[in-house]
Formats: sequence, structure tokens, C-alpha cells
Amino acid sequence: MSEKMVFLALQDNEDARPIREAIEADNPLAVITQFPGVYKIDAPGRLVINRESVEERIGRAWNPQDIHLSLVTLSGNIDETEDYFALERT
Amino acid sequence: MEQAKKMNMKEKYNTMTGDLAWDFSYKTEAEIFPLSDFEGIKIEDWSKWQDPFRLTMDAYWKYQGEKERKLYAVIDAFGQNNAHLGVTDARYINALKIFLTAVTPLEYGAHRGFAMTGRAFPGVGAQVASQMQSIDELRHAQTQLHTISQYNKYFDGLHDPFHMFDRTWYLSVPKSYFEDALSAGPFEFITAISFSFEYVLTNLLFMPFMSGAAYNGDMATVNFGFSAQSDESRHMTLGLEVIKFMLEQHPDNLPIIQRWIDKYFWRGYRLLGIVGMMMDYMLPKRVMSWKEGWEMYFEQNGKMLFDDLARYGITMPKFWEQSVEEKEHLTHQLWLTFYSYGHAAAFHTWIPDDSELDWLSEKYPVTFDKYYRPRLVYLREQEKAGKRFYNPSLPQLCQTCQIPMVYTDPKNPTKRVYRETTYKGDKFHFCSDACKEIFEHEPEKMSQAWLPPHQIFQGNCGGATIPDVLKYYHFTENDGGEFLHSRDNANWNMWKGLTPDEEAA
Ligand SMILES: [Fe+2]
Ligand SMILES: [Fe+2]
Repeated sequence: MSEKMVFLALQDNEDARPIREAIEADNPLAVITQFPGVYKIDAPGRLVINRESVEERIGRAWNPQDIHLSLVTLSGNIDETEDYFALERT
Repeated sequence: MEQAKKMNMKEKYNTMTGDLAWDFSYKTEAEIFPLSDFEGIKIEDWSKWQDPFRLTMDAYWKYQGEKERKLYAVIDAFGQNNAHLGVTDARYINALKIFLTAVTPLEYGAHRGFAMTGRAFPGVGAQVASQMQSIDELRHAQTQLHTISQYNKYFDGLHDPFHMFDRTWYLSVPKSYFEDALSAGPFEFITAISFSFEYVLTNLLFMPFMSGAAYNGDMATVNFGFSAQSDESRHMTLGLEVIKFMLEQHPDNLPIIQRWIDKYFWRGYRLLGIVGMMMDYMLPKRVMSWKEGWEMYFEQNGKMLFDDLARYGITMPKFWEQSVEEKEHLTHQLWLTFYSYGHAAAFHTWIPDDSELDWLSEKYPVTFDKYYRPRLVYLREQEKAGKRFYNPSLPQLCQTCQIPMVYTDPKNPTKRVYRETTYKGDKFHFCSDACKEIFEHEPEKMSQAWLPPHQIFQGNCGGATIPDVLKYYHFTENDGGEFLHSRDNANWNMWKGLTPDEEAA
């Protein structure tokens, strides 16, 4: 646990499911902990949500800022562009 | 509009925030922003302010509109489907009563505070972020009021939350935290609320509480809670951003900010003890203990937050070790206090059943069986014998946090902590070294705190007897006292077709 961790938590609903799947696919080190109604995703150093990965799953355009509709909390420094939303702690 | 679509995120953000500002021609900056320097914070260049989310007003309206649409659809459905019957049991509603009566007015206070900072900060990035948050907080107050009005149809204690907030002894704890911040300058306010409360501590308010609501079948709270919480990531990010910005602007800012961080960490931690009590005692189905929550969100995550700031010279908040030492005691002492003063609260209290006591023994192996379980079992026996215990006196409050002076020294757990100091010939009392130190730094301000028991004795609260005071609080005879004998419990059993014995067993 000496590694610096980041996390975010998403509401456990249908809107957030493709985001969760994209995170799982793109962040092999991420660990998901389920709580009632919400899950927390922890990762060492960096956690990224890629626009393309989410779009592949929902079959339409997705803006990384749409994360605002599902996000419950986060920890880390934000790095955001048109193509991804990432949390970092180095 | 065409042009806006072609801009990338950064350009769009700059165009739609920074470029909204204008230069002043016939007034000086000092005349327009009179609150910007009296706290001693030095800002050389407001254009260095960065919003990591780069959220512009048009996107803000779009997302907030969508959140509202979803939320009100659920709240309507809630009312139509008698969803209040879906909660695990009627004891749970009492956690919600505390949350709604304590936090809803804070949301409104935050709305006011960010409206103030949005006006007081000279930089346009900070103005826009404050404006968004001010609107968010008004939204939170409104959605929680809608939830209050749903539950108020069926349960006691929720009929007059704003009146109660301004008068009631335990609601003065959240009230005084916020008013301490609101009556300070804009930089202290934003450090207190955005950084100390939202960035460092709010996970403990919302994560276990909203998860607890979901676990206990309270879908109205889950929906307003998560809808509000979806704004919280932006607020937390603002909290971190504002601290980094102030620290980068001038080295003289460091000691001022560190002192605010120390102060509001401790005050926020004292306030969160009440949330801890809900986690450990009031949720029929428990998500995690206060101790586990404190370890996860403060000891682990909080430490990383402060590591991020170490390069600016910021250290962990003073007295944080004390919060860790107290973690096996805090919630038990608070619940016993509220249980004893249950006749003067607008929610019900009770003794946990055996399986719940076992859960507490497991979660608090060092302290629970030794110090607290025997007292709870004794109080339960007293209640069964028709001698439900209530403390007829008024509690002495800590001058700073306004919590009754009930906390003990973790190194000597049966001895209460009493600290005192003298200011202008009057003696003031404190629950801890931290609360004493906060007072001693600002005695002129803190000595004027509105302490409910003092006000009662001074004749400002409707009279000197408990019924007089409860009337002044607008409490009814059904709002407080033992849960087993409450109207809430009787109604619940009737609605659910339970016999009172089944429920008590
Ligand atoms: Fe809020
Ligand atoms: Fe205190």
C-alpha cells in the first residue's frame, strides 16, 4: 500500500454501467468494491475513463463531462480532455 | 453557437469564463472587492486560477437540468407508491430525521456562503465556480426539503426544521460550524467548507450515509443524496484547487491556511461524530462502522490528500492523532448522551438489540464490551422495568464545538476531558485541547457563541422547565423519547401489520 492510490465512486445504476465496464477494460489494476447503491473504484497512480471505450459500449457519442451525472466522489488530481477523464496521484 | 462547437475544452472554458470578466474604469479594485484582503491572504494573479473540470455555464445548466429531471421523477413516484413503507424499520427514519434537520439548513447556508464568495473574489474563475456551487447548494436544500415533506406526512419530528435549527441544543453543533465559517472572510469560508468539509471530510457524510439509505430501503434519500453528491466531486475539486491556488500565490499564505485547516478539520470531525453515531447505532442494516469509515476515508485517503499538499508545506491537521485515538469511543459516548437526553430531542432513541450489540462488540473489540455494552444492557433492563432513563439536567456544552462535554480521555476512558480558559473575567469550558486552542486564537468571536443551555438559563428560550423549552423549539410530545413507546413505532406496526411484540423482540 505504499503506492499512491486514486479512487472514484459511481452510482450503481444503468447509466453508469458502461462507464464501469470501460474502466474495468482500460485499468487492469483497478479494484472495485461494491457498497449498497454505489461502488468505489481504487487504482494505484492513475485511473482513466476513455471516451472511445465508453462510446464502443453505448453505440453513440459520449462526452467525458457526462461523468458528472454518475460521479459520487473522487480522490486524486484531475486530468481531463475531450478524449478522457483521468485521476492521478504520483 | 457554431463557433463554440469547434473550440476544444480549454479554449471553450477560457472563452466562457475568463472572457466574461471586464476591466473597471471608474472604481478601483479595492472598492469593488472590499473583502479580498483583510484576512491576510495575498493573491498576485487571479488569472492563474484553474478549474480542473473546465465546466462552463452552458454545460453546467445542461447537466443540472438533467439531474433535476431524473430526481423529481423519482420523488413523484416515491409519493405515489407509499415508498416510505419500504424502509427496513421505523428506527431507521430517526437517522434520516437528524440528517434532514441538521444538513438541509447547512445546504442553504452553503448557498449563501458561495453567493458571498462569488461576489467577494476578484478573479473570474473563482467567481464562476462559486456561482455554480451556490446554485448547487440551493438545489440541495430544495431537494432535501421535498424529501422532508414526503416523510413529514408519516413520521414525527420533521415538521419545523428551520425553526428547530436556529434554537435546538444539538442542532447548534452543525449551525455553529457553518456560522463560524459564514461570519469569516471569503478565503476562510471557502477553506472551511470546500476544503476541510467537502474535500477532506464529506466522503464520511455521504458515502456511508447514502449507502446506508440504500441498504435500508430508503430510496427517496438515495436519490436526493446521490443527486446532490454528483455535484460534490466538483465541490471537492474546488476545495483542493482553492488551497493550491492560495499556496502558489504567496508564501505568506501558508501559516494562515494551515491554521484554518487545523481549525475546520477539528470542528468538522466533531460534527461528524453525529454521523458516526448514525452509522453505528441508527441504521438497522449497517454498512460499515464509524471506525472503519474513519480508517478508510481519513486515515488512508486523508493522509494521501495531505501528502499531495506536502510540497507546499502543508502538514496533517493538528490534533488528527486525537481523532484516531478516540475512534473506539466516540459513537458510544454520543449515543448514550442522546439516549439520556432523548426526551429533549426531535428524534427517537433506543437500546440496540442483542445482534446489534454483538455487531458493535465485533467492530469495537478493544472498548465495547469493557466500557459500553454493560451500560447499554443496564439501561435496557431499566426500560423494561418501566424506568426508562432520562437525564433531567441541562448538559454543559463545549464552548467551541457545542457538543455536550461527554468525551473521555482515550488514555483514561472513564475520565471525562474538561479544559477551561478565562477570557475577560469569564470562564469557558472545552471538550478537548483542540477546541480550547480554537477558542484561544479567536476569543472575541468564540466567546459570543450562542450556547443553548446558557440561553435557557438566561431566560431566552421560553422558560426554565423542559416543557417550556420544548415548546419554544416547536417540539411536540410525539417528537422525542423512547422509540419503543413512540407514535412512529405504533404507526409502523399498524401499517406493516406487525404486533408490537414482534417488533420489540
Ligand atoms: Fe450541498
Ligand atoms: Fe469541543
